[in-house]
Amino acid sequence: MERKGDKITILDATCRDGMHAVAHQFTPEQVGRIAAALEKAGPDYMEVSHGDGLGGSSITYGRGAASDGRWLAAARRELKNTRLSSMLLPGIGTMDDLRLAADEGVEMVRITVHCTEADITAQHIALTRELSMKPIGVLMMTHMVGPEKLLEQGRILADNGAEAVYLMDSAGHLLPDGVRARVSLLAQKLPIEVGFHAHANLDMHIANSIAALEEGASYLDGTLKGLGAGAGNAPIEVLAAVMTMYGYESNLDLYAIEDAADDVLRPMLGANLPNIDKVALTIGYAGVYSSFSLHAKRAAANYGVDARDIMMECGRRKVVGGQEDIIIEVAAQLAEQKKSEGERL
Amino acid sequence: MTKAKAAIIGSGNIGMDLMYKVLKNSHLEMSLLAGLSNDSPRLARARAMGIPTSDRGIEAIVENPDCCDIVFDATTAKAHAEHAKVLKKLGKKAIDLTPAGVGAWVVPAFNLEENLDRDNINLISCGGQAVIPIIGAIQKVVPVEYAEAVAANSSKSVGPGTRANIDEYTQHTREGMMKVGGVKSAKAVIVINPADPPIVMHNTIFCVTEKLDEELAREITASIEDMLTIIQSYVPGYRLTAPPQFAFDRRQVTTMIEVEGAGDYLPDYAGNLDIITQAAVHVAAEMAKRA
Repeated sequence: MERKGDKITILDATCRDGMHAVAHQFTPEQVGRIAAALEKAGPDYMEVSHGDGLGGSSITYGRGAASDGRWLAAARRELKNTRLSSMLLPGIGTMDDLRLAADEGVEMVRITVHCTEADITAQHIALTRELSMKPIGVLMMTHMVGPEKLLEQGRILADNGAEAVYLMDSAGHLLPDGVRARVSLLAQKLPIEVGFHAHANLDMHIANSIAALEEGASYLDGTLKGLGAGAGNAPIEVLAAVMTMYGYESNLDLYAIEDAADDVLRPMLGANLPNIDKVALTIGYAGVYSSFSLHAKRAAANYGVDARDIMMECGRRKVVGGQEDIIIEVAAQLAEQKKSEGERL
Repeated sequence: MTKAKAAIIGSGNIGMDLMYKVLKNSHLEMSLLAGLSNDSPRLARARAMGIPTSDRGIEAIVENPDCCDIVFDATTAKAHAEHAKVLKKLGKKAIDLTPAGVGAWVVPAFNLEENLDRDNINLISCGGQAVIPIIGAIQKVVPVEYAEAVAANSSKSVGPGTRANIDEYTQHTREGMMKVGGVKSAKAVIVINPADPPIVMHNTIFCVTEKLDEELAREITASIEDMLTIIQSYVPGYRLTAPPQFAFDRRQVTTMIEVEGAGDYLPDYAGNLDIITQAAVHVAAEMAKRA
């Protein structure tokens, strides 16, 4: 459905996608402080969970500093006008996690799948609704398929009961034309609203977000300081300013969201501030899942190989989010290869 | 040598792949493929190959109980809960490929011998068949405190039954890791990969052991290699993609495997079908040999 009017619904994902950038180590106390700052700044939703969604804490994706329940409770206490939301990836989280989210006062859940897998969401969307939470469908890695395929998948999400469909550029690989083609078709043809979630790996995040709005998107994601996987997401404070310049409206207060970014979040980050470093740039270039970044840097250090070689190989194998385990495999194989080449010389 | 007569209920990906494997097995006779729709191109394909088919599901066996000795159930967990009772009454051996978990939970490489005389055998899940033997191989050397398994399957190989109930897969696999693999706590994850050409089924198993040093690492590697030989005797496409990886500071063993299918029904990438259908046929053949 094309957006009616110029009012944009804004979701802040600092305490979900941002978790990737801090290896899921935000404490409940930090989540509470971020929530309090966001409540003053006015995003419509604040998304909270492990970076890989509810139930993501694991060896594969990284252990969280706290449970989803404790993070959600910490945010809940501070929120009044901003609504608490969360994310679930079927296959990683389960329906028990949805029940936990409902108990913690979550009002909206994004049921999230890779771009061709919409038909694994039926039970999770139905349960989200049954628990009186608003279900939204999300398609990830949307650069991997074209607009027609995404439309087909968006229809499945709508049929399953999703109230909106988000397209995520999980690899930060799309250029503005690619965003336009995808968002415009879905906005024109789907019976429900469309959202967009950008990554900054090729520095296209703001341009892509605006392109999505110009093509009829109703929802937009951002994070404070752009904190997120890979080179991060669209900085919500920058979105607030640029959206206004383009004539769009939102509930964001520019000064308050800048304060949240610089005075509340920034001091928590130390050296963790996202930037387009060589690994993130390779992720965007090769079309790999952004949250692989930290995992690849760690494996590169452990195995004495270049993180960019790991990412290029993951891109060649068309690995998707959730397959963080492959990074270790590729690193081990590259190290073995390097060793045998060394022996030959 | 007389062959055991085998019927298959369910004509989805799993049922069809099973059919081709039963046909190739010298201890089994493919006696019936029962689906639910006569229009199904899959049943037509079986008929064209001269295999008796029915569109009446389990009713076909109730009406003609002599058609088979062993019944493979490749329907759904919910359906198998009912089928199990019917098959027990008829005195048929049931090999259950759904996550129903009614009968004995079996991974052939690991605990088949002691369960061969059971009337209902549950094969847990494709992921369970792939990862539990590895957990078992490590447990032989040192107790495993926590095991975590990530299965990546190609989109094309994951059928509508699994898709409609993905939690059933993760929960049943996790329970299998604890119940059969013997670990105290576990987590199972499934990732469906949209890439085209499709990826080969891949599993990573993380095990946190009670203790870990160089000596134990050598024993674990040897134990995993022994286990590989056993699994490969019935799933030839099962292989390690890298040697087991050890992180001594975290007492963590990482084992990465890949299963290339035999290409019987779906192409080679669909190792997730093969690992469970090969296990099922292996169980049935062992039953037939014993009878």
